[in-house]
Amino acid sequence: MSRRPEPVGAGNGGDRAAAGRGGSRRPGRVLVAWWPDWPVWAAGMAPDRPAAVVAANRVVAVTPAGRAEGVRPGLRRREAQGRCPELEVVATDAGRDARAWEPVVAAVERLTTAVEVLGPGTLGFGTRGPSRYFGGDAALAARVEEVAVTAMGLPPGDGSCRVGVADGRFAAGRAARVARPGGLVIPPGESRAWLAPAPVSALGPVYEDLSGLLVRLGVPTLGDLAALPAPDVLGRFGHEGMAAHRLARGLDDRPVHGREPPPDLSCAVEMDPPEERVEAAAFAAKTLADQLHARLDAAGLATTAVAIEVETEHGESLVRNWRHEGALSATALAERTRWQLDGWLSGTAGAAPTGGLTLLRLTPLEVRPDGGRQLDFWGGLADTDARAARAMARVQGLLGPEAVVTAVLVGGRGCAEQIELVPWGDALPDQEPGRPWPGRLADPSPAAVHPAPLTADLIDDAGRPVEVSGRGMISGAPAALAVQGGPLEEIHQWAGPWPIEERWWEAGGRRRARMQVVVGTGRAHLVYRESGRWWVEATYD
Amino acid sequence: MRSTVATLPLAGALARPVAGAETRLVGVPAPLATLFPEGGVRKGTTVAVGTAGGGASLALAMAASVTSAGGWVAAVGWPSLGLVAATELGVDLRRLALVPTPGDQWATVTAALVDGFDLIMLCPAGRVRIADARRLAARVRERRSLLMIVDAPGWPELPDLRLTVEPGGWQGLGAGHGCLTGRRLEVVAAGRRVGGRERRREVWLPAAAGGLQTVEPSGAAAVPAGPVLEVVG
Repeated sequence: MSRRPEPVGAGNGGDRAAAGRGGSRRPGRVLVAWWPDWPVWAAGMAPDRPAAVVAANRVVAVTPAGRAEGVRPGLRRREAQGRCPELEVVATDAGRDARAWEPVVAAVERLTTAVEVLGPGTLGFGTRGPSRYFGGDAALAARVEEVAVTAMGLPPGDGSCRVGVADGRFAAGRAARVARPGGLVIPPGESRAWLAPAPVSALGPVYEDLSGLLVRLGVPTLGDLAALPAPDVLGRFGHEGMAAHRLARGLDDRPVHGREPPPDLSCAVEMDPPEERVEAAAFAAKTLADQLHARLDAAGLATTAVAIEVETEHGESLVRNWRHEGALSATALAERTRWQLDGWLSGTAGAAPTGGLTLLRLTPLEVRPDGGRQLDFWGGLADTDARAARAMARVQGLLGPEAVVTAVLVGGRGCAEQIELVPWGDALPDQEPGRPWPGRLADPSPAAVHPAPLTADLIDDAGRPVEVSGRGMISGAPAALAVQGGPLEEIHQWAGPWPIEERWWEAGGRRRARMQVVVGTGRAHLVYRESGRWWVEATYD
Repeated sequence: MRSTVATLPLAGALARPVAGAETRLVGVPAPLATLFPEGGVRKGTTVAVGTAGGGASLALAMAASVTSAGGWVAAVGWPSLGLVAATELGVDLRRLALVPTPGDQWATVTAALVDGFDLIMLCPAGRVRIADARRLAARVRERRSLLMIVDAPGWPELPDLRLTVEPGGWQGLGAGHGCLTGRRLEVVAAGRRVGGRERRREVWLPAAAGGLQTVEPSGAAAVPAGPVLEVVG
């Protein structure tokens, strides 16, 4: 799988023609707007309160108040809470980020067409036309910044959104990241010189391995990389190195072919009756994304930018362009379509459709030869996998996409906490089993975990309820157990209690004491005491 | 030389013809193979499993042998399924699809899943109509899948095979000490597909070392015994 970023400017008619055939031509002028720490804004956090969004136990975004307390992206959650105990922590949600970004995109789209969403919190477009209309790159940058912050309900002078203008998408993205409020414009032709002092790690996560290697080889900056002879870079680092070399020289990562995708690649589905629910439309989108991907696959192509288009029963037509660094897989395509539909249909966007959707169309804006994927020896996805996927898709059509789930092991102490259920087809979360979870019970695990714990009564020999003291001692040996008011069953074997205290430092903390008991006919239960009574958490069925 | 001879049965197993009986059968965990005259469960059949005291583990052990052979397993209407236990018994969670709450559409959902899955574990909700049960059984037969009805004493059709569990006691737990390590139980197979008589097999499920293990005829516990004290003087 080759994962190389694509230039923004290449996507827009005129720029593409200008840049076409140009192996080392200067790429078109591009504006990139970047909203730092977008996930905390999308989560609706007030900037003056310390809050952070975490993904896989690492901080990914922090509010300015959180930064002032020393919380930084990349920190472990526990370390971040250590630095700032009152830090509010929210789990990451890519769908929420994309949904909240839609109003900003809609606002910027009033300035120019062909705005491309590069990801939640980032957008870009070629400045060739709009720059002339608004009186130069600097004026355009200031205008975009003002429009973006106004769309989020902030005063026009607020510096929350950063705008950069430069030659090509890479330089513009870099400029946006270092820009001050008001925007940063790199004059035409100076992008290479401006990029030179930047470290090679600025190439971004896609080139993470390569940039690590370059640093160890004594090539610390983009300028040093650009100074190397291109044939040597290609010989030593292959195509990936070549792409990085081109970026370092202020060019697009590969020569733009300027090839229009053949028109028959676009896929559309008509919806009759018109669809107003996000879930149903998203389900249609998933099928459509698979269809488009299969069609591209058959042509040996991969797409990096796609236009998502809907028509409504009132004749409205909405289009939004999405771009991704590296080729869009079918799942990524479906995910972006769902985010976009969610953004439109949930009505948060400026231009929400007034009626149900009658047509959904996906059009690849830019294609390139799919060079990367190596199929399995016997022909890729096995037949049985494809059949199972079809069956699951049918059930999702019946009950909605959330109804069919797959399970992933994650860390946790309770039986249910060790499992995360993910709707079939969604991206799986990072797995984190195998870490020590003090208080987790030893194998074997119970084969029946009650979705809601069952109430239970545990009594000792004298018929008194068994209690657990604050120090984790029981008041008497348990002699009988009744589940949900049922008959009392004699306890033959038991062990515990094993106390667990979780999150005692905050309001949602839990204190439990767990025990294993074997009753009557050899049935074993995992019971716990919490808030003054006994519960059956699971049964060793 | 000795090792070469020892590997011959393995080579034989690898080289055995793929077509034929094996493709008609769904594999079962090796310790349970003697429960079935054919060494496995025939595709296209309906199996009932009672969950009293070990049925869920038994169902998961069967599911593990399906996923490890590259097959797909679905669990319909079974929200209490212990998924950590499933991985411990060897189920590949990537090949396990769950429809925890199909509501009253469970029959339609199961019928759709029969097309693509090798094993469907079904806990029907509410009363089962005989027409639904017959239609599902026919569809399973036609698609050569395997339908496992879990914990449904009210299933109106007679299943081809009925697996029940007779509990034999837990190991590892005392009066106030220890923790559960293994369970001994007897699996009983009855029905049309076992040659007319009940077949029984005693196993550790789960065994102290994890998974499903045969109980050695000598009665030696699969639980590692502590040092044996002998009278020496």
